[in-house]
Amino acid sequence: MVLDKMTISDLSINTDLARKILTGFIKSELNRVGFTRAVVGLSGGIDSALSCVLAAEAIGKENVLAVRMPYKASSQDSLDHAQLVIEKFGVQSLTIPITEMADPLIALDPEMSKTRKGNIMARCRMIVLYDQSESFGGLVIGTGNKTEILLGYSTIYGDAASAINPIGDLYKTQVRQLSRALGIPEEIVDKAPSADLWVNQTDEDELGFTYEDVDKLFYLLIDQRYRLEECVEAGFDQNFVRSVMRRVQRNQFKRMMPPIAKVSNRTIGYDFLYLRDWGT
Amino acid sequence: MTILKLALAQINTKLGDVDANLEKHLDLIGRAREQDAGLILFPELSLTGYTLQDLTPSVAHSPTKDDPIFRPLLEASQEIDIVVGFVNEDNRHRFYIADAYLSEGEVLHVHHKVYLPTYGLFDEGRFFALGDSIRAFDTRFGRVGMLICEDFWHISPPYLLWLDGADILLLTSASPGRGLKDDDRLESARWVEHTNRAYANLFTSFVAHSNRVGYEDGLNFWGGGTVYDPNGELIAKGPYHEEALTFAELDLNQLHRTRARLPLLRDERTALVQRELRRILEANDGTAHTGR
Repeated sequence: MVLDKMTISDLSINTDLARKILTGFIKSELNRVGFTRAVVGLSGGIDSALSCVLAAEAIGKENVLAVRMPYKASSQDSLDHAQLVIEKFGVQSLTIPITEMADPLIALDPEMSKTRKGNIMARCRMIVLYDQSESFGGLVIGTGNKTEILLGYSTIYGDAASAINPIGDLYKTQVRQLSRALGIPEEIVDKAPSADLWVNQTDEDELGFTYEDVDKLFYLLIDQRYRLEECVEAGFDQNFVRSVMRRVQRNQFKRMMPPIAKVSNRTIGYDFLYLRDWGT
Repeated sequence: MTILKLALAQINTKLGDVDANLEKHLDLIGRAREQDAGLILFPELSLTGYTLQDLTPSVAHSPTKDDPIFRPLLEASQEIDIVVGFVNEDNRHRFYIADAYLSEGEVLHVHHKVYLPTYGLFDEGRFFALGDSIRAFDTRFGRVGMLICEDFWHISPPYLLWLDGADILLLTSASPGRGLKDDDRLESARWVEHTNRAYANLFTSFVAHSNRVGYEDGLNFWGGGTVYDPNGELIAKGPYHEEALTFAELDLNQLHRTRARLPLLRDERTALVQRELRRILEANDGTAHTGR
């Protein structure tokens, strides 16, 4: 396959089937552990909008709590776009600003980097969501897509934290396709993806490539099991392929439970093997 | 008897909760009987759930009248033949993925899965022993054969059953759904349907497939049970991803008509197969086969 012959349509999915499998997953994985409700942090971006809408379809809009968690530097667009989703899909909602949580910690170090501040914001939001999980009686639905998880473009124990993740096996371009099919407003689907941790941040600027390009590469590397040199032969720039692979490898830790040092005959993670759905 | 009314029980299971799963079996057996079905086919590991891992030893049973799970099933089989999936522990404490055919209060046959997928998302070889025989057996509907999931990804088990006299293949699986593309079914569903239809065509036999539904952690099971007739025509199909009891009427005289038209069984050159297979295996040059 030559890159210019490969179009983004190779990644296209049947959205009816995706909807059926993913809503079934949410309903099954909540109900079997005794939950009927869910909590989603709604950022105003496409990923959390999609998780929220899938959850509403799976368990009913009245059983989904969408939480908006602005920081003082967050853009007004983010807040407005989250509100569009809340109104259009009729889920329950709550707005809990995190500025007063985050700022005292940030103030301890005047030299603090953007990355540190961003991580603090992401982890404050995690605390709010897990507190609402207990208060609302719902599990936290994950909002990370496959592209982001592979790249490690998230804060561990921050936005990466969730109870179940319905969209983690969909690439960003597939998230866009499914979001359109589910009627998520165009302004959310079409805007430049951003973590909105600082002013004018965009994912693609920060990553240095577009989601469309990296999704095509991932499709060959991960789904089609191409070797690196075959991706280069297919038309991808060698440095691009190498740097993406390095990122994927370096971020493996974010995709795993912390390793436990084995000393006994039977150790969690190695030879104590049960699914989470054990007994349900 | 010329018509077999077959029920495909496309169920979800509770992982490791055999009692709860038994209850569901008895309920569906009752419903199939009310519809005058002669045989009900449950999916692979229907009594236990699929991804058992370290649960394996604690959910194992023996298909005997003394067993608390099999006793009610054998009683129910007085009225309707039943195929169930379970973990079989043998008397040397080896654990097998197994299907049992129950009829008129007796266990007619037990099949142990001979191919245990241990690659990709599968890890069966880590927890289970390999079955070691492939046998057809006689039932009140004729001679049949049972295979479990990976068994019928390999062409040799259905071929052996065909030669051993099976005119009806009863296939069971717990097939994890994968390969979401721009198609109204998953790739895994498409692969299995192509294969089963091909068996019906090539062996001029009935091929029935019962696959489970539901989720285990992130895995989905796609259902979509099918029955193909000896012409390879689809005569029944269950829905995808939903529990269902799907009925099919198998006109067993179709075997006569198809094989009168297409005498593939008559013409099959088994002695030729045996000679060539012996030559290939004896050459043992390490390229043509694994020698297992």
